[in-house]
Amino acid sequence: MSTKTEQPVGDASVTVASPTGGRPGGGRAPWRQRLALLDVKVTPYVFVSPFFLLFLLVGMFPLAYTAWVSVHDWGLLSGQGDFSGLENYRRVLEDRYFWNALRNTFSIFVLSSVPQVLIALVLAGLLDTQLRGRTLWRMSILIPFVVAPAAVALIFGNVFGDRYGLVNEALQGIGLDPIRWHVDALASHVAIASMVNWRWTGYNALIFLAAMQAVPRDLYESAALDGAGRVRQFLSITIPTIRPTLIFVVITSTIGGLQIFAEPRLFDTQGLGGSDRQYQTLTMYLWELGWRVRDLGMASAVAWLLFLIIVLFAGFNLWVSRRTGALRGGAR
Amino acid sequence: MNRRPGFLVYGLLTAFVLGSCAPLYWSFLVGSHSRDVLTKRVPPLLPGGHFWDNAQRAFDAVPFWKALGNSLIVSGTVATSVVFFSTLAGFAFAKLAFRGRTPLLVFLVATLAVPTQLGVIPLFIVMAKLGWVGSLWALIVPGMVTAFGVFFMRQYLVDAIPDELIDAARVDGCNLFRTFWNVAVPAARPAAGILWLFTFMATWTDFFWPLIVLPASNPTVQIALQQLQSGYYVDYSLVLAGATVATVPLLVLFVLTGRQLVAGIMQGAVKG
Repeated sequence: MSTKTEQPVGDASVTVASPTGGRPGGGRAPWRQRLALLDVKVTPYVFVSPFFLLFLLVGMFPLAYTAWVSVHDWGLLSGQGDFSGLENYRRVLEDRYFWNALRNTFSIFVLSSVPQVLIALVLAGLLDTQLRGRTLWRMSILIPFVVAPAAVALIFGNVFGDRYGLVNEALQGIGLDPIRWHVDALASHVAIASMVNWRWTGYNALIFLAAMQAVPRDLYESAALDGAGRVRQFLSITIPTIRPTLIFVVITSTIGGLQIFAEPRLFDTQGLGGSDRQYQTLTMYLWELGWRVRDLGMASAVAWLLFLIIVLFAGFNLWVSRRTGALRGGAR
Repeated sequence: MNRRPGFLVYGLLTAFVLGSCAPLYWSFLVGSHSRDVLTKRVPPLLPGGHFWDNAQRAFDAVPFWKALGNSLIVSGTVATSVVFFSTLAGFAFAKLAFRGRTPLLVFLVATLAVPTQLGVIPLFIVMAKLGWVGSLWALIVPGMVTAFGVFFMRQYLVDAIPDELIDAARVDGCNLFRTFWNVAVPAARPAAGILWLFTFMATWTDFFWPLIVLPASNPTVQIALQQLQSGYYVDYSLVLAGATVATVPLLVLFVLTGRQLVAGIMQGAVKG
C-alpha cells in the first residue's frame, strides 16, 4: 500500500485489489476490503449512470424512435397507425413548402453566419489590444446574449415594421423607399438574420479573443520587424493561428443556425412564416406539420431529413475548413 | 496585438457597444410611451412615463407572474440538477478508473453533436404517455443532465484535482462518495458556478420545447411573450414593455455575474 502515491489514479483499483484479487481465492479477504473493492469497481458507474440513463431516455431513444414514427401513419391525437414505409418521406419531398423551408433556412443561415463570423473576428482583433477597462468592454459586447430570442424577435419585429418601423422611417428620412420587411422574402431573411447576428456576434468575438490571446506575441514582433502592418499581421498571423477555433465556431453556428425557430416564428403574429411562408424555416415547418396539421409521421420524416442535412453541412464545413487550412498551412 | 490602441479602436468599439444596447433601449423607449409614439415620424429619444401602465396591461393580458415563477422554478431546478449530475459524472470521467471509461467518453463527445431538438416528437409522445404534457415536469426532467455539462466538468476537473489528493482520501478511508463530496465538489466550485449560469440562461431563453408542451394557461416567460403578440392588432407599447420586463431578470443576473460569464466563454473556447 505504500507504493500507492506513486501510482497513477487510473490504477487505483489494481492497487487495492492486489492483496486479494491478484490470485484465485480472493474471497478470503476481510469484508471491509471487499467492500472497498466493490466501491472502487462499481461507484464510478453509479456516478456516470444518471447521464447515460437520461441520455438514453431523451437523446438516443427519441432519435431512433423518430425513425420508427416516420415510417408510420401517426396522428398527434390518434397515435400510431399503419406501417407506411417511406410514404411520409415521399410526401415531404413532394411538398413544395418543404423545399421552400429548406431554401429559407439556408438563406437565413448564410445571411446570419457569414457577417457574424467576420464582424466577430474584427471585434476580437480590436479587443486584443491593451485596452483600458478591458473587462468592461468584454462585458458590454455580451449584453445582447442575455436577451432571449423571443424578446429579440419582438423588438426587431417592431424595428423592422413595414409601416411605422424605425428602419423604414430612417430610410424615408434620407429619401429612400421603405422596404417591405414582412413581405419580400429576401428582406425578411435579412431582418431575421440581423436578430441572430445581433445576439451572437459579441459571444463569438469573446471565443475568438480567447484564441487570439494564445497567439505567441513574438510572432507579431518579428512580423513587425519584417515591415508587416497591423492588418497584414492580422490576416497572415492571427487568422491562421486561430483556425481550429474558427472551425469550431463555424460548426457550432451551423448546428444552431439550421435549427432557427424562435426568431422567424415571432417575426409576425401568425407564426407560420409569412403570408406565403416566405420566411418559414425547416424547424417551423416541422412544428406546423406536427402541431398544426397534427401529422407526427410526416413531422418525424422532416426531423430525420433535418438531422441528415445538419450532419452533411457540418461535415462539409469541416472538409472545406480543413482544405483551405491545408493550402494555407503549406504556404506558411 | 500588443500595442496601445488608438482613437480608432476605441471609436469602433464604442460604436459596437452602442449598437449592442440600442435595441434594448428602443424596447424600453417604446414600452414607456403611449401607443401612438410609433406613428410619429421622429421618435423621442427619452423614455416616457407610461412604462408601469404598459407593463400592468401586459401583466393583465397574460399570466405574466405565473410565467416568471415557472421560468424561475424550471431554470433553477434544471441548472442545479445539471451541475450536480455533471460534476458527479465529470469527476468519474476525469479521475476514476473503470472499465469502458474511454469508449464511454468518446460516446459522450459524439452526443454533443446530436441536436436534441430533433427528438422532440418521440419526447412529446413519451411526455404524453407519462401525463406530463402541460406540466413543468415536461421541461425539467429532460433537461436534468447534459452531455455538454458532463464534458465541461470533466475538462475542468482533470487539471483541478491532483491525483495525490484522491489517493490521500482513499488512504484515510474515504469511500468514493465521500471523496467526491470532500475533494471534488470544493475543487469544482468555480466551473460549477459557470455551468450553472449558462444552463440557467439557456433554459430561461428556450422557446421551442416549452411552446410544444405548455398550454397558454401555464406558460414560461418566453411563451407569455409569444401570447402578448398574438392577435391581428399588435399594441407595441404593451408588447415591448413585456419584452423589457422579461429581460430584466437575466439583465440583473448579468450585472451580478458578467465577469464569470465572460471568463466562462473564454475558458470554454480554449478547452473546447
